Amino acid sequence: MPLRITENIHNWLFSVMPEGVASLVEMTLIAVVYLTIFAVAGLFLVLLERRVAAWFQLRIGPNRVGPQGLLQTMADAIKLLTKELTGTEKADKFLYNLAPYFVIISALMALAVIPFSAEFHAFDINIGIFFLIAISSIGVIGILLGGWSSNNKYALIGAMRSGVQTISYELSVGLSLLTMVVITGSLQLSEIIEVQKSGWLILQGHIPAAIAFMVFMISGTAETNRAPFDMVEAESELGAGFHTEYSGMKFAYFFLAEFINMFIISAIAATVFFGGWLSPFGITESIPELGVFWFLLKTMALVFLMMWFRWTFPRLRVDQLLTLEWKYLLPINLVNLVLMALLVWLNLTLRL
Amino acid sequence: METEVLYSNFKSEEYFINMGPQHPATHGVLRLLLTIDGEIIKKVEPDLGYIHRSIEKMCERDSYQQIVHLTDRMDYLSANINNEAVCLAVENALQLEIPERVKVIRTIIGELTRIASHCLWWGVMGMDVGALTTYFYGFRDREMINDIMEETCGARLTMNYNVPGGLMLDIHPNFVNRVKEFVAHFKTKLPEYDRLLTGNVIFQKRTVGVGVLSREDAISFGASGPVGRASGYSCDVRKHHPYSAYDRVTFEEALRTEGDTYARYLVRIQEMWESLSIVEQLIDNIPEGEHRVATNAVIKLPKGEYYQKVETARGELGVYIISTGTKNPYRLKFRSPGFSNLSLLNHIAVGGKIGDLVATMATLDLVIPDIDR
Repeated sequence: MPLRITENIHNWLFSVMPEGVASLVEMTLIAVVYLTIFAVAGLFLVLLERRVAAWFQLRIGPNRVGPQGLLQTMADAIKLLTKELTGTEKADKFLYNLAPYFVIISALMALAVIPFSAEFHAFDINIGIFFLIAISSIGVIGILLGGWSSNNKYALIGAMRSGVQTISYELSVGLSLLTMVVITGSLQLSEIIEVQKSGWLILQGHIPAAIAFMVFMISGTAETNRAPFDMVEAESELGAGFHTEYSGMKFAYFFLAEFINMFIISAIAATVFFGGWLSPFGITESIPELGVFWFLLKTMALVFLMMWFRWTFPRLRVDQLLTLEWKYLLPINLVNLVLMALLVWLNLTLRL
Repeated sequence: METEVLYSNFKSEEYFINMGPQHPATHGVLRLLLTIDGEIIKKVEPDLGYIHRSIEKMCERDSYQQIVHLTDRMDYLSANINNEAVCLAVENALQLEIPERVKVIRTIIGELTRIASHCLWWGVMGMDVGALTTYFYGFRDREMINDIMEETCGARLTMNYNVPGGLMLDIHPNFVNRVKEFVAHFKTKLPEYDRLLTGNVIFQKRTVGVGVLSREDAISFGASGPVGRASGYSCDVRKHHPYSAYDRVTFEEALRTEGDTYARYLVRIQEMWESLSIVEQLIDNIPEGEHRVATNAVIKLPKGEYYQKVETARGELGVYIISTGTKNPYRLKFRSPGFSNLSLLNHIAVGGKIGDLVATMATLDLVIPDIDR
């Protein structure tokens, strides 16, 4: 069904316009669709976070605006939009204004390669995983710029921590995904899912895959700067960290990007380890439309896991954070990579 | 600390940063002037005075009954124990015979106050090391105590329940039942605190070996309360100079020798258990009798100097009264536990990271109005 709609639009566009213009219009339309998904997903995730937090904390959470508080984040977004944009006198204006866009655009670009289902996949490039890793590290530039240009010591410490943290954990994210690529033999996300038709990768790769998954979730949480790795905006230490001097919609960009990044990390994990839009044991293989449902279900389960981390764990200290990465996760990862290579070489992977 | 700089190719520069007066970790209007090298603390200078209300000067103007009301506003988390300190000082000076009933009720309420204060501290401690959920757990249990207080004396935070000579009102008929209910409830919830925070690996990493205070330093800085006891300095006023009904209950003084942040944390958790046991021992045998003995409407202390110390949730609170025989004290000095506990912050925080400073400060359990008065 979705396939036919998009194909119809595609054919119609190319029939009424010259080819170049048509593809431009098409790209714009896709971008608009993704922007909408981005906004809705961001707002929904913020609401989900608040409800989950309330659930963990013996509270009710937002339940007044709209049914079950569904419109609460919408109202918050409107409030932030109408807020005055305050800034500091001594800020480096150009970089200060540029920083939020780095963060939000990198999150949005990563969203484009996420395979929501077999058809719902904007760009299926052959270096999908590589692209995701590369794009997700661009966001840190925005955080560094924001912290530096705010001309605020707290923001600077936050940005410094962010740089240290993201650069370190980038390695673990990359290596744990690389471990899985050894099985799939491809970086293309659709290929990776295709391979999992004979069993999700976490089952195919059993022990090393489980280790890789754990490492990925830990370092993924660290890369999105969420608790227990929220050094960057450790509110009891740094006030608000790198976005201390941001207000209104610029702040909202940082805020939304954090949630979208969480979604992206969960989506990558769901795709690489849990078969993406494939149904468990192929129970709904005859109805490919359900792909989106399975994908979102898996992603949301992992998002919930990340929220669980956040609302139950204390925060690590900045040196412990680096110790964890360089002394534990990275060596484990390297050994794990070799183990996985051996597994594939000796043909010990489990296939259904 | 554990990371030692052996050599460095980079020239590092110390810089100055203001922590507070509005900062989430200082729990009030405390301002810390930090000198930092990167993340490492080089110097901590507390700057006080943002909430100074000259309570001691106001005491020189007020009658003794009025002074009790001011003490609520010092350490508002152990308001009732502060009241008790002034009342005890006045009563001892007048050599009043206080009914047994009053003594027992004061002890029970004092211990409930201590539990409430530690509940709040526990929640905030978790929040300072980044576990936001603890805050709500702590407040859930504190709320029950506040409700009991509300029923007993009409106020939840600044109780004013004690007056020189006894208690303002007798206890509410529900009091005994509700306290028992709370004790039963809290006994099931206190292990939950351990499950949520104490056993957590990250929490232990953050606190064990951080902000170590030796016994000698604890004594020389005048540390008291859980801060002193975590360093092995036995300084529980309830044990060494029992007042009210503390001489007839058995309880253990929570003592540890490590002196680090984690030890201070454990001391407070153990104190909650001890307080529960004290309440349990007393709640069933509150003696019958008067809740108050008559005093003159205008209390005039005989000429002389009087000192009374009590154990608040933060440590030793001393009340020093110089009377010239008039209706006001000539001079009234509070020895507040928070002030001396804050004074050692620089000593134990230097060399740690910003995160360590926050965790250390949380276990000093500072209440700023207590320090500034």
